[in-house]
Amino acid sequence: MIASLSTFGDCVTDGACLVNTGLSGLSVAMVLFLIASGLTLIFGVLRIVNFAHGTLYMLGAFAAYWVVSRMGGTDGNFWIALAVAPLVVAGIGGLVEVLLLRRIYGRPQYLQFLLTFGLILLAADVVRLTFGTEFKLISGPGPLSGSVSILGRPFPEYNLFLIGLAIAVAVGLWLMLQRTRLGRTIRAAASDREMTSALGVNVGLLFTVVFMLGAGLGGLGGALDAGRPVTIHPIMDVERVLQSFIVVVIGGLGSVGGALLGALIIAQVSAFGILLLPQFSAAFAFVIMAAVLLVRPWGLFGRPLEE
Amino acid sequence: MILNVDSISTYYGQSRILFDLSLGVDEGEVVALLGRNGAGKTTTLRSIMGLTPPRSGSVQFKGEAIEGKPPHVIARKGIAFVPEDRRIFPDLTVRENLDVARRKPKNGRDAWTVERVYALFTDLEKLDGNLGGHLSGGEQQMLTIARALVGNPELMLLDEPSEGLAPLLVQRLGDQLRQLKDEGMTILLSEQNLRFALSLSDRAYVIDKGEVRFEGTAAALEKDEKTRSAYLGL
Ligand SMILES: Nc1ncnc2c1ncn2[C@@H]1O[C@H](COP(=O)(O)OP(=O)(O)OP(=O)(O)O)[C@@H](O)[C@H]1O
Ligand SMILES: [Mg+2]
Repeated sequence: MIASLSTFGDCVTDGACLVNTGLSGLSVAMVLFLIASGLTLIFGVLRIVNFAHGTLYMLGAFAAYWVVSRMGGTDGNFWIALAVAPLVVAGIGGLVEVLLLRRIYGRPQYLQFLLTFGLILLAADVVRLTFGTEFKLISGPGPLSGSVSILGRPFPEYNLFLIGLAIAVAVGLWLMLQRTRLGRTIRAAASDREMTSALGVNVGLLFTVVFMLGAGLGGLGGALDAGRPVTIHPIMDVERVLQSFIVVVIGGLGSVGGALLGALIIAQVSAFGILLLPQFSAAFAFVIMAAVLLVRPWGLFGRPLEE
Repeated sequence: MILNVDSISTYYGQSRILFDLSLGVDEGEVVALLGRNGAGKTTTLRSIMGLTPPRSGSVQFKGEAIEGKPPHVIARKGIAFVPEDRRIFPDLTVRENLDVARRKPKNGRDAWTVERVYALFTDLEKLDGNLGGHLSGGEQQMLTIARALVGNPELMLLDEPSEGLAPLLVQRLGDQLRQLKDEGMTILLSEQNLRFALSLSDRAYVIDKGEVRFEGTAAALEKDEKTRSAYLGL
């Protein structure tokens, strides 16, 4: 305890450590944001809490593994995997929406829980049967697998790339939602599905598109983590998805901006918290969530539910 | 007849609301749909739009059966619905509300563009960047009609547009709807405000408990005190 307090103290008074830890936190925040933005987008528009969102993240990592191993496992193939994996997961998401979720819109909420929870178990088993039970790693991102020196400390190039890519996705998502007709239509359908359909919008198709987009974002998170690299296995999603749910709750269900802010808070608190109280670091996210909910039960950017 | 509703029955769950209701609207006509609270006016319009599809009977638009089709298909065939509770998208600006609804006209008529509806509803132009949720009741009423117009419909279903508006605004709304009528728009107008409705309409239907009780010209209804006192409480 005393040792870790001094570790924390040493780090926040040392510029290089501060920046390094902050950047590590940022790279985690960005993956959390990608996962959480998909989750919050799906909730905001479809009004479905997708408990299987972590499964989509896990499938993203496996899709990346599959592409890399199919192509011979050499460095550089990771980049192809990174492009393909989100598309594969979006496709799976499209099938899930059309074949299953459609049947439960507007039905009692426990059905959402049963259905999406069933999908978690099903997907984990299918993955085990297809890929086996041993942990997997994919060979790294080739040209970006080195480190750069930031204030004299090494920092992985890949994490810098990841931060940049996630920022680009965040900006793209914002532009799409605010500046395109598709985005306006998505926001309209999120607030009034029936009226939007009476204006000539095929809301069923729109929901499929939104679910595919949300699934693809979760899959992108998984593929990016696979390149970090983290070990790939059927329950690799547990920690990340738990944090993503906390991020969404803190930011406000349905708010993409809230997901970004929530991800930044949770990831930085975890990054610095582990220096302060390593044995309790997992609890920090919950403490923050409880604190936010006490002040704003609907999250930072959310709003009270009307219904 | 551009719209032909033939003997429809509509239910909410188990309770039957419309009983073999029939009505028709000719191209270029303004037809009033009158009735007390709970008579079934909204349900009739929702049945036509496909929002609460009729369980039996048929709805023909330009000779084509549309009952049972989803609302977005019906909307794209050229019917616009203006709900009584306006249903403006609160988080979208005035222009974004209009943008979502924009469709190209199917016939060669002059298209209703955002600029053209701003010329009709002059107050809306000033509110262009304001959020829908921040508009007053009267402004929302203008926007919901404008939003229907930019879809370039051939038939508009207006549900109690005068409801909740101050007298001065009702008068302005009347002028604006008359202008639409003069440009050839076909309108089925649900109303409780008899004077407002008759000042605009060619013909009228009076419904009560989901059944048609009167059908005839606006002038005939003016004279028919019995119908008015029995079903409209006037
Ligand atoms: N969603 C619903 N579920 C069950 N019953 C409904 C529903 N909506 C309306 N009703 C019932 O259907 C009947 C007709 O209602 P409707 O809204 O069509 O009447 P209206 O003529 O539009 O009345 P108002 O002038 O008050 O708008 C009423 O008895 C009403 O209580
Ligand atoms: Mg009504």
